[in-house]
Amino acid sequence: MTNDPRDELVTHIGPMRAFAISLTRNASLADDMVQDALVKAWSNIDSFQAGTNMRAWLFTILRNTYYSHHRKRRREVEDVEGALSEKLAQKPDHDGRLQMRDFAAAFEELPEDQREALVLVGAGGFSYEEAAQTCGVAVGTIKSRVNRGRAKLVELMGVSDDEPMEVTAAVTQGIVAMNQSIA
Amino acid sequence: MTQKMNRAGKTSSVADEIDKNIKRAFDDVANQALPSRFTDLLDQLRAQDGAGSEGKHDK
Repeated sequence: MTNDPRDELVTHIGPMRAFAISLTRNASLADDMVQDALVKAWSNIDSFQAGTNMRAWLFTILRNTYYSHHRKRRREVEDVEGALSEKLAQKPDHDGRLQMRDFAAAFEELPEDQREALVLVGAGGFSYEEAAQTCGVAVGTIKSRVNRGRAKLVELMGVSDDEPMEVTAAVTQGIVAMNQSIA
Repeated sequence: MTQKMNRAGKTSSVADEIDKNIKRAFDDVANQALPSRFTDLLDQLRAQDGAGSEGKHDK
């Protein structure tokens, strides 16, 4: 049995696509970026240290790919087709209290660095340390981006624990109507 | 103002809600079936390597 770390790559592609979409806000651009990152990862597999977090390593490559090439292209294309926020808008949350449509819009308003920190820590399961390493900044910077991002979302959403937002029938209908206009 | 007052811990469940929503959207994409372009790409990379040198484990 060989223990080639490249065999593990396939298990990270899904999360890489999700992270890429959160960066590019464009599904086809995101997939191009994931493809580039995979090729880089494959040919530079020797720089991956066995036993360390491969996902963090891959996300770093993905992120570098984004900032060195694709970010410019995104500006040119700039549509939000397939964006993470669109996914948010399309998934009404029947159990949760946040209104998904508002949440999606609010998330979109955050600065790029805060969105990225929230995605890595809040969704990607990264520790603050891993997120800091991935973004090439200090741990404290990641913590403050996450905190500021959350605070901003709370502010934009106008939610607090005292007055939780309910997903009302009207809101759900609004989301459905929006889906139909998107589709 | 009220935000500051709440920060001590009252907003923490809102923070959880936020994380849950982001995670839901993230997982939704992450768990989608992989487009074949990616599995094809890995096959192609593997084949290229195989053509260059037999046995990728002897690095």
